[in-house]
Amino acid sequence: MTHIHLRDVSLTFPVLHGASKSFKKTLFSRAKNSVKKIRQSAAVGGAMTMDKSGSGCLLVQALTGLTLSFQPGERVGLVGHNGAGKTTLLRVLAGIYEATEGYVDVQGERHALIDPQSGMNPELTGRENLRLFALRLGLKKEDISRFEADVEAFAELGLFFDLPLRLYSSGMGVRLGFALATLPRPDILLMDEWFMAGDQNFQSKAEQRLSQMVSSADIVVVASHSLSVLRTWCNRIVWMEAGHVKMDGPTEAILDAYEDFLSNV
Amino acid sequence: MTVDPFVPTTSVQSGSAPDCPKSPVSCSGLRADLQETRKLLRLGIALGWLDIKLRYRGSVLGPFWLTVVSALMVISMGGLYSTLFHMNLASYLPFLAVSLMLWQAGIAAQVQDSCGCFIEAEAMIRASRLPLPLFAVRVVVRNVIIFAHNIIVPLAVSAFYHVWPGVAVLWALPAAALWLVDGLALCLLLGALCARYRDIPPIVGALMQVVFYITPIIWAPAQLHDYARFLLLNPFYAAIEILRQPLLGHEPDTLLWEIALGASALLCGAAALVYRKARARVVFWM
Repeated sequence: MTHIHLRDVSLTFPVLHGASKSFKKTLFSRAKNSVKKIRQSAAVGGAMTMDKSGSGCLLVQALTGLTLSFQPGERVGLVGHNGAGKTTLLRVLAGIYEATEGYVDVQGERHALIDPQSGMNPELTGRENLRLFALRLGLKKEDISRFEADVEAFAELGLFFDLPLRLYSSGMGVRLGFALATLPRPDILLMDEWFMAGDQNFQSKAEQRLSQMVSSADIVVVASHSLSVLRTWCNRIVWMEAGHVKMDGPTEAILDAYEDFLSNV
Repeated sequence: MTVDPFVPTTSVQSGSAPDCPKSPVSCSGLRADLQETRKLLRLGIALGWLDIKLRYRGSVLGPFWLTVVSALMVISMGGLYSTLFHMNLASYLPFLAVSLMLWQAGIAAQVQDSCGCFIEAEAMIRASRLPLPLFAVRVVVRNVIIFAHNIIVPLAVSAFYHVWPGVAVLWALPAAALWLVDGLALCLLLGALCARYRDIPPIVGALMQVVFYITPIIWAPAQLHDYARFLLLNPFYAAIEILRQPLLGHEPDTLLWEIALGASALLCGAAALVYRKARARVVFWM
């Protein structure tokens, strides 16, 4: 049965910048550090720490001790200010990031709408990107042509469909990305808020397409800043703050609390 | 809706996935990644094929440009070095044509290309859950296609001098298979290292330059006379020779095959080791 269980999930990721990306500099700084025997305090407050091994690598604690469980039928909204860990949580659920600690158990086929370009190659044409996407989903040949027609009609790209993506306007890119991303019918749907982009005319078409996808999924997890979107789509809200779950419960109660919190800031 | 965050009765202890204490989703490791990659083989091939199409879009000769360049190289170097080494052009040129193809379109191209294996796939790696060996398949497919275009030069030289390898050429098949495995291992090893340390690709490039001169590619091992046995210490020599001998019509040397197999085993071991440590972190290094 489809389910998501997280227990004590923490995620720390390295931020590589400047010297820590260099093999030569890392080697030398290691040597230097072992001579100087830098003492580092064990408990560092805040979300950022330096790597203990002295590679000069910044560690960001993105999620801390998350324990959550989602059952079929749940439409979960993630709220919280920027950097609260909403997208990181989605990426963990999608299997793109692996939790550093804790148990992650995801049962069911999942599909993530996190990156609006869903990994498309800007140099390839729309059609070529679609073929790659279809192969990624493991579709059969006869299905691919059906999907091709579907996407072509939906994205309204016209002749641009056979031109490289880098020539597209941003609206066209979003339309194609959206059309592709909404093709599969997964058990678990994970969405970041970008899906609300696009022009007005596209908006209503998109919503229709999205709602088909949402209704066929067992579990939906959406991260968004738009409270009205969350009110319409979700029946449970998880309010995140600095990588923790601050509140978790039915939509109205949590969103009201969240709104109070926002207006007091 | 329930506020209860975690239902212990349905909790996943390590019991449901015994060999995987940490997290059931990620217990996979190298073997599971390879299995997943096998399922996505068509995607890997399509990616490699599209890379070639893209690289030569708008070019009349396409990948054959490389063939033209290697043909020029073989002709000019053949003339020069046959004089320098006092060798008969009719025997030297077929050797040089095969050697240069194996080195340039084979080993050197594959090693250098392996470095970018994961870096170039950043967008896909960050957007969805894909097994990383998929990108190794892509790089190898790409290089096989380019290699195939370069076969023309030695073929033309053979036709010109009417020298054909004969049945021994069948020994090239297992050698080519070993090359493919090595190519995949190189991608996983160098791809992971280069994703973490971005200054490794130029280091690799410089080292390969050295290897080119100390490996018998433009010169024949026999020219070293008594010192030829030291070549056995160079794994690139064995790797080249197991494919070059059959292509030139010689039965392969058992010792060289043993060295090549041993070196491949070491390479695969190193790749597995590095990949195991790196696989979950590559996405953060992008």
